[in-house]
Amino acid sequence: MQIILSVAAARMCAATACAALCAPLCASPSASPPTPPLSVTAADVPWDAGGSIEISWVPAANLGSATTWLVERSEIGADGTSGPWVTVAEVAIATTTTTAAKLSHTAPYWFRVTAVGSDGSSSPTNSPAHTTAHRNFFIGEKLPLFSAILTVCACVIYFILAARKGRPMKVRRIAALEAIDNAVGRATEMGRPILFVAGIQDMDNIQTVAGITVLGHVSKTAAEYDATIEVPTSRSLVMEAARETVQASYLAAGRPEAYNADLIRYITDEQFGFVAYVSGRMVREKPATCFYMGCFYAESLILAETGNSIGAIQIAGTAESSQLPFFVAACDYTLIGEEFMAASAYLSGEPDQMGSLKGQDAGKAIASVLIIVGVVLATFAALSPGGFATAALGALRGILGS
Amino acid sequence: MKTLVAILEKLDRRWIFLAMALAVAGPILIIGITGKTLPETPTPAARAVYNAIESLPPGSPILLSFDFDPGSGGELLPMATSLVHQCAARGHRMIFIALWPLGPTLIDQTIKKVIQSDYPNLKEGVDYVNLGFQSGNEAVMKVILTDFRKAFPTTKSGSAVSTVAAMKGIERVSDFPLLITISAGYPGAKEWIQYVVSSSGGKVKMVTGCTGVQTPQLFPYYPAQLNGMLGAIKGAAEYEALVNESLAPKDHSAAPNPKYLEAQRRMGPQLGAHLLMVALIILGNIAFFAARKTKAGATS
Amino acid sequence: MRRMVPMWIAIIAGFAMLLSAFFPMTESLGETFGDVFNVVAAIAFILGAGSLAKVNLAKVSRRDPGWGFAVVTLICFTITIVVGLGKFGVPQNPQFAALPWSGEKEAEGGAFAWIYAYALVPITATMFALLAFYVASAAFRAFRAKNLEAILLLSTAFIILLGRTFAGVVLTGWLPDWASGLRLENLSVYIMQVFNTAGNRAIIIGIALGVSATSLRILLGIDRSWMGSGD
Repeated sequence: MQIILSVAAARMCAATACAALCAPLCASPSASPPTPPLSVTAADVPWDAGGSIEISWVPAANLGSATTWLVERSEIGADGTSGPWVTVAEVAIATTTTTAAKLSHTAPYWFRVTAVGSDGSSSPTNSPAHTTAHRNFFIGEKLPLFSAILTVCACVIYFILAARKGRPMKVRRIAALEAIDNAVGRATEMGRPILFVAGIQDMDNIQTVAGITVLGHVSKTAAEYDATIEVPTSRSLVMEAARETVQASYLAAGRPEAYNADLIRYITDEQFGFVAYVSGRMVREKPATCFYMGCFYAESLILAETGNSIGAIQIAGTAESSQLPFFVAACDYTLIGEEFMAASAYLSGEPDQMGSLKGQDAGKAIASVLIIVGVVLATFAALSPGGFATAALGALRGILGS
Repeated sequence: MKTLVAILEKLDRRWIFLAMALAVAGPILIIGITGKTLPETPTPAARAVYNAIESLPPGSPILLSFDFDPGSGGELLPMATSLVHQCAARGHRMIFIALWPLGPTLIDQTIKKVIQSDYPNLKEGVDYVNLGFQSGNEAVMKVILTDFRKAFPTTKSGSAVSTVAAMKGIERVSDFPLLITISAGYPGAKEWIQYVVSSSGGKVKMVTGCTGVQTPQLFPYYPAQLNGMLGAIKGAAEYEALVNESLAPKDHSAAPNPKYLEAQRRMGPQLGAHLLMVALIILGNIAFFAARKTKAGATS
Repeated sequence: MRRMVPMWIAIIAGFAMLLSAFFPMTESLGETFGDVFNVVAAIAFILGAGSLAKVNLAKVSRRDPGWGFAVVTLICFTITIVVGLGKFGVPQNPQFAALPWSGEKEAEGGAFAWIYAYALVPITATMFALLAFYVASAAFRAFRAKNLEAILLLSTAFIILLGRTFAGVVLTGWLPDWASGLRLENLSVYIMQVFNTAGNRAIIIGIALGVSATSLRILLGIDRSWMGSGD
């Protein structure tokens, strides 16, 4: 709701009062008192989460000695009376709008604006009606992001449905995932354990979830091959999730009796305490195969170099771009970012999951087209500013919300 | 030559470790004895951090988030010291928070080292305050976007934030004209950009000091979403030199206190380590090409 | 049933969190699920501590190889818990002087602060410092000029390694101003800001799409392998 207040009468009253009160000062033009604003506009900020009202005002032609505007609000209580005036903002004289935030989205508010200067304050210009900071159905400024999510989801769902209808889904060969069976087999042949580290973050991190999904496949293969798999974790919740996953895998492999919960153990939340344990364990136990699948930080290189020094086959996967170079340098195989996210789908080979990978590719194609269009437009806009390219670039930015 | 190649091919990595220890220890000893540091030329990213603080009017509230632990303290504490030094010297209000559990102790350490020892006129609760750690990672960031006090209702020592003068006028994170995060990983600068800077529609200005590993990851956000950046000890040394230069007496009659030279002092060991790595890479390639030549000769 | 319940919890909580980012009415729902996660994680911590104690006690009782380390772990674990909860040596908080144990456990002078300053800090800093040694040995082994791409990688490594130290200034500081872009310190910044940024953005976009697709697979119940062997 928008309320526009005409304050002609108030202005006249204020001017008269001012003239009477400030007669001695008005004799000097440089010391004229601040003049109140002519009109005030209070409007609920549209398409927001509620709690914000934008207040704007029209200043008088002659501001007098005014240097700042004092914007205040008053909440109307349940009994209909207004509460005390609370400062919303004190803004520079050149400013004519401000936003009152953190308001209740159910209570109505009054606003008033006062001109403040070295010679005191003007009379305030009050709003005659109240405004409420309504909570809207949708946050408008997030529309581009929401549209992008919907587009990607639509692509993924479309290809999942296409896969269900029997459309062949060809996914390129990922060497790191192809090597999993051999790596597990090697551990069995050597009679040494497999070490699986699902990163150092909790279950609220999607990389940890992706790591646990790969653990499901690795542990099932390990169960089938009768290899021992050890899973040290740096979060208690990850330990619980990993136990459930490995137990279910042993059950699916038909060897529930071989499952040992104690091999999946919590070490510490402390990053370097965890890496100290895992490195020490690697040096003592010399696992034949090491998997690092999840979110890693500085410990990535320490783990991978230690694994390299004991001659283990190492397969890593992470979406932490800063850690990828370390894994690439020290591991035999590395799943880079999206490959890691695709690992579970790739390993399952299910049409539904393979379809989701195709949908992901479609999203990538859309992103690529947008990048190319943006780069071409930006180049032409730089070469001939103000032309069609500039307008088109502006429109594209507007659509994408950037 | 053949002997050298044979040695390199079978080199035990412990020799490399020893060489690294010497390459780092040598400059530490030399700088420790002479007290001299290497000169620094600030890059635009470091200068941007300095300017972001310098351009604010005195008394501006600045949010400093210590998102690291003692493990990365060697790399990040020198820049934390310089950042607090500049803020204190310019009379800004410093509001400290931590999203890492061990951050508050590092905040106390920095406050003691800089503010309490060199700026005793600054009062706790008025000119600076430590609000301590809050768990929840990105969830905390989302909350302070709309209500700062909901996430940090009390100071580290237990006083209600509403009674703290330093928090006057702070309702949400966008009320801070500048946000500084000193970041070692997750949650850190990347999350602050994604959940606070982007969500605020660019209203929040942010600069960061981060570890070397994070630096390449954060460059995509600079300068659009990240107004300035101190990448690792090199960035810290550049920024430290800028701060020391601006706060030094005009006639340069007094040298900076050694505690304000920590980053520059660490550039010596960094030089030694980097030169050793260049040498190792060259030696590794000599061994590689020699082995390939031998193999080719044997095949033919 | 064993798999359906967690799957539906994940689906409902996941969609609630997603929608809460866009639809204000569901904001509180998203926050509630966030709180629930924190509570569950806190409860799981007890299980984690229990697992740590059980595994190490078993190791000691069986006299497994390295059981001495388990003894050290158990002793340190117990001391830290007791000292932290008991707030030994912690001075009273002057603002709440009447209340017992009102001081912060990390307060200076307390036993916990002592453990932090003289055990945790040096140990974690030492582990972090080990990175320098591992980086050196990895560089020695990995940077080989095997082909054109490897040569480009190698050259970039040299520029960054030298450009991030005073060696860059010494080697190329003499270049005139019009060629200052070729000075190693400027070249290293240029490489990081342009080439690295371009590559990183491509990886980030790929990861973001991967995360979206993975999340959708889990939220739609298509990928259930996180609950164990979905294939």
